[in-house]
Amino acid sequence: MSRRQREEQRVRGIFTRRALVLGAGQLGLLGFLAHRLHTLQIDQGERYATLAEENRVSARLLAPPRGRVLDREGRVVAGNQLNWRVLLVAEQTADVGATLETFSKLVSLTEQERARIERDVRRRRRFVPVIVREFLSWEEMARIELNAPDLPGILIDVGTTRIYPEGEHLAHVVGYVAPPAERDMDGDPLLELPGIRVGRAGVERHHDLALRGRAGAVRLEVNAVGRVIRELDRREGVQGQDVQISIDAELQKSLRGRIEEGTSVVLMDARNGEVLAMATQPSFDPNIFNSGVSAQQWRQWTANRATPLINKPTNGLYAPGSTFKMVMMLAALEARVVTPGERIFCPGYMDLGDARFHCWHRPGHGHVDLRQSLKVSCDVYYYEVAKRLGMDRIAAMSRRLGLGVPLEIELPGTRAGLVPSREWRQAQGRPWALGDTVVHGIGQGFYQLTPLSLATMTARLATGRAVQPHLTRAIGGRPVRGTRPEDWPSLGIPEPHLRLVREAMWAVVNEQGGTARLSRLPAELGGIQMAGKTGTTQVRRISREQRERGFRVDQLPREWRPHALFVAYAPHENPVFAVSVVVEHGTSGSAAAAPLARDVLAEAFQRLRPLHVPPARVAEAAPPARELRR
Amino acid sequence: MRFERRLLVRERGAGVLEKLWQIPWIFVLLLCALAAVGYVALYSAGGGSPDPYAGRHAIRFGFGLVVMLSIALVDIRLVARLSWLGYAVGVGLLVLVALHGNVGKGAQRWIDLGPLQIQPSELMKILLVLALASWFHRASWERIGNPLFLIPPLVAVLIPAALIFKQPNLGNALITLMVAGAVFFAAGVRLWKFALVLGGVALAAPIAYEQLHDYQRARITTFLDPESDPLGAGYNIIQSKIALGSGGLWGKGFLQGTQGHLNFLPEKQTDFIYTMIAEEFGLVGALAVLALLAGVILFAFLVALRSGHQFGRLVAVGLGTNYFLYVFVNVAMVTGAIPVGGVPLPLISHGGSAMLTAMVGFGLLLSVHVHRDAELGAPRDPG
Repeated sequence: MSRRQREEQRVRGIFTRRALVLGAGQLGLLGFLAHRLHTLQIDQGERYATLAEENRVSARLLAPPRGRVLDREGRVVAGNQLNWRVLLVAEQTADVGATLETFSKLVSLTEQERARIERDVRRRRRFVPVIVREFLSWEEMARIELNAPDLPGILIDVGTTRIYPEGEHLAHVVGYVAPPAERDMDGDPLLELPGIRVGRAGVERHHDLALRGRAGAVRLEVNAVGRVIRELDRREGVQGQDVQISIDAELQKSLRGRIEEGTSVVLMDARNGEVLAMATQPSFDPNIFNSGVSAQQWRQWTANRATPLINKPTNGLYAPGSTFKMVMMLAALEARVVTPGERIFCPGYMDLGDARFHCWHRPGHGHVDLRQSLKVSCDVYYYEVAKRLGMDRIAAMSRRLGLGVPLEIELPGTRAGLVPSREWRQAQGRPWALGDTVVHGIGQGFYQLTPLSLATMTARLATGRAVQPHLTRAIGGRPVRGTRPEDWPSLGIPEPHLRLVREAMWAVVNEQGGTARLSRLPAELGGIQMAGKTGTTQVRRISREQRERGFRVDQLPREWRPHALFVAYAPHENPVFAVSVVVEHGTSGSAAAAPLARDVLAEAFQRLRPLHVPPARVAEAAPPARELRR
Repeated sequence: MRFERRLLVRERGAGVLEKLWQIPWIFVLLLCALAAVGYVALYSAGGGSPDPYAGRHAIRFGFGLVVMLSIALVDIRLVARLSWLGYAVGVGLLVLVALHGNVGKGAQRWIDLGPLQIQPSELMKILLVLALASWFHRASWERIGNPLFLIPPLVAVLIPAALIFKQPNLGNALITLMVAGAVFFAAGVRLWKFALVLGGVALAAPIAYEQLHDYQRARITTFLDPESDPLGAGYNIIQSKIALGSGGLWGKGFLQGTQGHLNFLPEKQTDFIYTMIAEEFGLVGALAVLALLAGVILFAFLVALRSGHQFGRLVAVGLGTNYFLYVFVNVAMVTGAIPVGGVPLPLISHGGSAMLTAMVGFGLLLSVHVHRDAELGAPRDPG
């Protein structure tokens, strides 16, 4: 072997060894890649599969239409209005500016709007629609449709907004909707949708869950830039349920036309507690809340001393005055501190220690029995009865009749009111004096009662049942419990006691000398009679000095005049309606409140004729919806 | 008979038919299989259509096959003789590209030859392998041990590497250095010299990092923490890993890859074609393709070991390593193991230049095999 060959063999040997090292190294690196693939595809495969699915699938919520609110006649009092919108899809037009230019010749666009649209177009991906204009009229729509060929990229789309056709007439009852706030987020994904609204007040708020419905969902396959490729699956939402309330919108509107600022009227079906009308003045337009309330509007509402945002029938607090005397009668009869025939002498005042308590009738009523005491509203009689009863028994009876206790009305924020007790007074650091009891015997003092609770009291007096005022008749077409009188438990007050009270209330209106004698129901109603009670509550104390000077309330400035109250039910024989009227600074229950109550009842009898027959039998035809009223 | 044929080849050069007989058709079949894999993957990348990728891929492969077989028949001695001329042409092309090349993705890399676009940096690696192999051909152990003997080939490596780096194409420059390193290593350059160079690189790396373009640095930082910029530079790596990982064992099925078909996967027809395969055919498919690729590399090493002359051996090892580096860098890149570098997967990726260069390389490999027993004198030391 030559030297050259040996040399070649040597180099070849080295080459072979090194080639094997290289080859083995490369094989090892390929093995590393295989291991890496195994790690990614098997060990972490599930994690990446999830990520790939998240990439691919975009879930979108579908907002169901919100349920409507209907009045008892099926009139829509809160509905959904179609909101015609114009959208612009940038990728469908060669020139966004030119399209907008053409569009603005049909429907004028302000500089700000154009700037906003162009900004939105820049920010979004080119296939995402941008809102050009909302709330288009029919004429505008027609113009756009007609010129559609010249408007590339322009789409017409329809959404919904809430509308309250009765406006301010039912604002306090139906409430309003607004975009959800952080505290409204209850885990319902629906609330995260843009443009969604939640009930903020009234029935809209109380029945928000039923009205809202449940969100549907659609799973879409999207590509890397978010364009929808296809729909994978779709779960339809549950449409919001319609809620029917017991208010008669026409009656409500008419009543509001009758009353002045500061007056409250509550009309109930005495048999089952359905509220038929609940009117006050002033009010506000709930439609304003839909598009957002301006700071100026808000200031105007809150600065108004007549408090348009406050629903006085449920949140106005008043002393009941003489309308409280029925409570006294029932408490006295139950405690047997008087008999119906017992006569108490009224000299026009009652002395208690140093203090003298006057009867409203200065000359005095002479000898009055139970029935007479209510008919003429003798204060001295009730001073005496109060003295005999003590405040505890008075308070207990008032609570049974629905005064000073929370009521089940579906209006969030409704005040329970206050019937004072000795404990309550002592908690304020003041002892309860006998004089306090005497004053509270005629419905004056610390009482804070709502017109709604007075109407409830009247309905309970008329029926003997513990009816609760409520607004809901049906949810999603199914009647709720409480439409029939039998749904309500008895008050447990002996019928003879109730009959004595009702007779006395009848006498107030229908007998010579009754305080509401002038407010009998008109003869056109075919002789239907109402029974009621007047009340006048002082806003300011009348000093002895004033009395001696022969003062007259109608000489006082308006805001110092007493409130006028009247509660009534009718027909006397077979009660259907219960009503309470509070006329702020109306001076006299018999002069200001009783005639209004009479007119309200007269109109109710004319408008709500079907109510004379017992409520429809629908309640038996379908099983009642589960307790949704609360 | 066999002996006679070998003599024939050695003594007079063989006829075309004889040479064709020598071609290992199993290897050609292997390449066809890989091209078929590429066709399937590109068919999917094209949204279930031969347009626009798969059809052209097939045509290019057919053309490449003709080129490869033609080169296989070229006498290896001619190749050896022209290797430095080829090298000079390659460097010339690189310079040309630097002066007039098309700017693609911010880098001057391509030369436009009418219907054909060539990326000289790809071709350069092959030409460099040939030049180095001919330099080390018939060099004695002592001679290789002489540092002065190593200076010309080092310069020959650094010139194109620097030109490629300046394009800028960091990945390809590094691959060029590694291919050359493999040839140096196989030729028998002393190991301590490699240690010296690697040590120097380790010291110089921080300085080199300063020289990098922003996008190159971004790749490195993104590699170190892809989630740091999930919508920017890290997006490609993350989406590729999601696609791969979600493929699982058996894959999502042909044309069912969501990442690829919904465009979450970037450049799925070129750099990320392997991801596409792994997503749709799972670990099983990915490993099968990896095995085919390993087969190509293995073949190169077998050719090297079998070659009767040092030139052929070094060419085979260099070309094998070159192809290995494509495979490794590409797969490591799509699996997030190394920074993204824009390296295609020849024979599978869409792209004419990569395909053509790969087929030229395989043609040379086959030529080495066909002429494995040719008597090859040293160009500078004719014996």
